[in-house]
Amino acid sequence: MKQFLSFVKKEFLHALRDRKTLLILFGLPIVQILIFGFALTNEVKNSKIIIVDQAQDMASQQLITKIEASRYFEIEKEIVNPKAIEAAFKEGKIKMAVIFPDNFNHDLLHQNKSAIQLICDASDPNIANTLSNYIAAIVGDYQTELNQNAALPYQIIPETRMLYNPQLKGVHNFVPGVMALVLMLVCVMMTAISIVREKEFGTMEVLLVSPFKPMLVIVSKAIPYLILSLVNVASILLLSVFVLELPINGSVLLLFAESTLFIITCLSIGILISIRVASQQIAMLISMMGMLLPTLLFSGFMFPIENMPWPLQILSNIVPAKWFYIIVKSVMIKGLGFQAIWKETLILSGMSAFLILVSLKNFKIRLA
Amino acid sequence: MKETVIKTEKLTKKFGNFIAANAVSFEVKKGEIFGFLGANGAGKTTAMRMLCGLSTPTSGKAQIVGYDIYKQTNLIKKNIGYMSQKFSLYEDLTVVENIRFFAGIYGLSNQDIKDKSAHLIETLGMQNESKKRVGTLPPGWKQKISFSVALLHEPKIVFLDEPTGGVDPLVRRQFWDLIYAAADKGITIFISTHYMDEAEYCNRISIMVDGSIKALDTPVHLKHQFNAKNMDEVFYELARGAKRRE
Repeated sequence: MKQFLSFVKKEFLHALRDRKTLLILFGLPIVQILIFGFALTNEVKNSKIIIVDQAQDMASQQLITKIEASRYFEIEKEIVNPKAIEAAFKEGKIKMAVIFPDNFNHDLLHQNKSAIQLICDASDPNIANTLSNYIAAIVGDYQTELNQNAALPYQIIPETRMLYNPQLKGVHNFVPGVMALVLMLVCVMMTAISIVREKEFGTMEVLLVSPFKPMLVIVSKAIPYLILSLVNVASILLLSVFVLELPINGSVLLLFAESTLFIITCLSIGILISIRVASQQIAMLISMMGMLLPTLLFSGFMFPIENMPWPLQILSNIVPAKWFYIIVKSVMIKGLGFQAIWKETLILSGMSAFLILVSLKNFKIRLA
Repeated sequence: MKETVIKTEKLTKKFGNFIAANAVSFEVKKGEIFGFLGANGAGKTTAMRMLCGLSTPTSGKAQIVGYDIYKQTNLIKKNIGYMSQKFSLYEDLTVVENIRFFAGIYGLSNQDIKDKSAHLIETLGMQNESKKRVGTLPPGWKQKISFSVALLHEPKIVFLDEPTGGVDPLVRRQFWDLIYAAADKGITIFISTHYMDEAEYCNRISIMVDGSIKALDTPVHLKHQFNAKNMDEVFYELARGAKRRE
């Protein structure tokens, strides 16, 4: 244990002494939080929505057919009881609910005026905004058709409610993204480099000749980065709460537990890379190209995964950051509990276990 | 008769069809300075790695300070020191931090670490440099610290893998003074080198060619045996027949 502590202490010294490391560790999250303040807009296709048709009349059916025909929407299911809406949103698949009131057609015919309600999942404000605009356009289209033969103009008013993020703050969706990105970078690249550096400088041999267990070398390398990463998570959360005024709606403890899990996944990727490669440059390149890029592209925080062609959608499933992004969004913004994210948690745990097993196997081969 | 601290019998390591070390047998006595020579690719490093417990032999037997090389690697590791051709201290840590770290991973007690690092810095005369980062020191100093660190846990054998590569003759000479001092204390020195003048400093030397030991004796006997003026000639005579090239 004492040996282990000496080692961990030394790793801390390495990390804290190198200015470049420190800059990446603590400067990066701040810079990214500020840079990504400008959110991206994108066209959204095939979004899953739910239709609550309390009216079940001619006008509502015609509108639903129109919505169905649009390539922007995919109707997940049609229900009559509005009570099921909340549950559907918590599952996370549904982006929007379109609700027709009881006497939709009646009001329209007799008062020349009717309303539909739109409830959007605004944890991703861009998507929410775009979707409600699409619906407004479809409704407007329908209105024009009706009005062609009408004496008095008919009017359908969409009332939009933004769920989770009523002010449509752009920050909401990029904070979880930045968290995933920063942790990925810090954990994968830093661990990989710090282990490969020992190989390059020949100190690894000295460590392996010592009675210190080889596996412990790896573990004690990972621990400082685990701790530093948790500090990073804390600083990102503090920044978002106090600078961006974005509250944490769910349990902070759960958020940290899930972050720890994701950090472990990333550390195991870093360790695996470091076991396989021989030089710091290659380690850096693999971490950057192989990890950072997919994280940016496929975590869903910059480009909606829903819009990608299906092979890429399938590919996105192997990117750990995608699952972490969903977790953080659910906990931090939607304020959901563990029951909402157990599946994602399970996937991340599985990935970590797999990576650690592969690393162990490779490590033994190398020492033989 | 002094006790035997390294004893190998037909130690062999194969990588697939390639025999890196072929039936290597020799003995080293306590306090001896044993030179381990051979051209690049002759199998020196492979043999040394097996002796240090870094790599498992394919066949053959070996005992290091009485411990079996297959089963008791951890006991072996506690009793040996190692310094490699690549520089083996952390350049971004200070001298004291390096000493404390290596003492720490060998499991020395806090009091021990304190005493030993103080003593070591005094012996090396580095009181003014102890808080400096190792990277800022001249190569000769780094080497001395590196060697002293390898001796910190009082090992019975020190393995030096081309420790003097890339330093000037004067520094090398000073380094050998440290080696002699350690050997006088009864520490066995197992050193691999490319420098033939250094070979002359050893008590006994072995020369490896294509994975096997082709000669093993004192420098004087070897020169006599090969009818050579110096070790250079002995080495040429043996290495000329080598089939392997790096």
